[in-house]
Amino acid sequence: MFGFLGPNGAGKTTTMRMIQCVSPLTSGNLEIFGLDAMSRPREIKSHIGVVPQENNLDMDFTVYENLLVFSRYFDIPRDEAERRANELLEFVHLEDKKDTMTESLSGGMKRRLILARALINRPKMLILDEPTVGLDPQARHMIWDKLRSLKKQGVTIVLTSHYLDEIEKLCDRLVVMDYGKILVEGSPAQVIEKYVGSGIVEAEHNPELIDCLEKKEANYEVIGDLVHIYTDNPKQIAEYLTMECSLSKLSARPATLEDVFLKLTGRRLRE
Amino acid sequence: MRISEYFSLPKVSSKSYKVWQRNKDVFMKDIKLNFLPPFLEPLLYLSALGFGLGRFVEDIDGVPYANFIAPALIAISVMYASFFECSYSSYVRMYYQKTFDAIIATPVTIEDVIAGELLWGATRSMVNAAVMIPVIALFGLIDIRYALLIIPFAFLGGLLFAAIGMCFTAVTPNIMSINYPVLLFITPMFLFSGTFFPLSALPLPVQYFAIAFLPLTHIVNGIRLIGYGTLEPVLLFDLAWIIVVCAVLLLVSINMMKKRLIV
Repeated sequence: MFGFLGPNGAGKTTTMRMIQCVSPLTSGNLEIFGLDAMSRPREIKSHIGVVPQENNLDMDFTVYENLLVFSRYFDIPRDEAERRANELLEFVHLEDKKDTMTESLSGGMKRRLILARALINRPKMLILDEPTVGLDPQARHMIWDKLRSLKKQGVTIVLTSHYLDEIEKLCDRLVVMDYGKILVEGSPAQVIEKYVGSGIVEAEHNPELIDCLEKKEANYEVIGDLVHIYTDNPKQIAEYLTMECSLSKLSARPATLEDVFLKLTGRRLRE
Repeated sequence: MRISEYFSLPKVSSKSYKVWQRNKDVFMKDIKLNFLPPFLEPLLYLSALGFGLGRFVEDIDGVPYANFIAPALIAISVMYASFFECSYSSYVRMYYQKTFDAIIATPVTIEDVIAGELLWGATRSMVNAAVMIPVIALFGLIDIRYALLIIPFAFLGGLLFAAIGMCFTAVTPNIMSINYPVLLFITPMFLFSGTFFPLSALPLPVQYFAIAFLPLTHIVNGIRLIGYGTLEPVLLFDLAWIIVVCAVLLLVSINMMKKRLIV
């Protein structure tokens, strides 16, 4: 499972669209399954499943019809398509909604149906652009669960998300990108280790603390009212600060991808 | 995009049939409602204009007024069906329903999608004609021996107006703006293409303009000639005009839509 991270406008969706052979390449070349993306889009697309950022279920059809109509675009024979559609509805727990028009599904159900639709051609690679955006925790966990089971079945999964915990939990490898360039690549643990260390101590900002940190030559960052101290040994730092600088209000926690993300791409708001 | 690229041959495959099939399936869900307008409209127009107003109108070129407008009613329906299908309806599918986005994530390409939409637009015109013919024939207003020929002719005419509608879909900034071509192009054609009075009643320059630039003129004339069972050579001219313009606009409309959708 591979994750793309980056602020809005970083080029994640564009990259995804190029992999799907929907957006043209302006330069360079791109191979998917060893096939050239520009010259053999149909073959590539027949082995890809896509969960787009925006819901684009066919609202003129019911849940079941959505899967059947979609299967025709892949030239899947009718009886095979019916078998797969029933299987997939079971997989995403939508059997009861088979004959419901997609408009009256909840947000979580729509996402699940889109996931089922993306699997109708038994893809070798599944592309998900923010698959759990706007979902409640139950629905998110269910989607994660399904993704893990797909991964076990050997499907390559490519994912973008702004929920960094999601990427941290699911992905084996990731890149952080911004302005169309890759900034970092590695496993979540590697990336965290390399860019922020394993732990973080958060303390309220005051001049004494800064003096203290300067003395210790600590790796720290001031963020508004807060100071983040990056360290591999948060406990030790926390103790030192309590003892030597008589600070009381501080907390030590493990570093997360979010810390890496903000460190690399800055805190300025994006469009 | 250079001008010549608008005329390049798009790579359309048989997958466009799947897009046609999708639209057909949606149509079939409401088949009763969809069949009502082509059934009802000729009855209304013929009663009000053909037989109502027609009592006060002299014969035109030796035919009673109802017989004169009956073929035009089919032509008008051919125009409206495919133009609206490939303008408002395609725009809704493209922009609001994101149907095209979903389809192009599969082995179907954007060229296939647009070709499927165009074929479907033409099919709607053909279906409308097929429903109207028996209704009109019931009044004895067309020669049923030749009427079946109107059906493929309606498909061709439908394809032409589908391509015209699609060109506007490709450039319209929003759905409201499609009202402009309807008001400025479709509605004048509805009235001034030899539909409710003969073209010869218009000033000569306007007649030439209509023949050169108003597609409906050729469809009205064609259906009228077939409907009367008078297959004169001038029909070949109408047919040639439709085929040439249709072929060009089909290429242009697919390329324009490709340009709009591929980013």
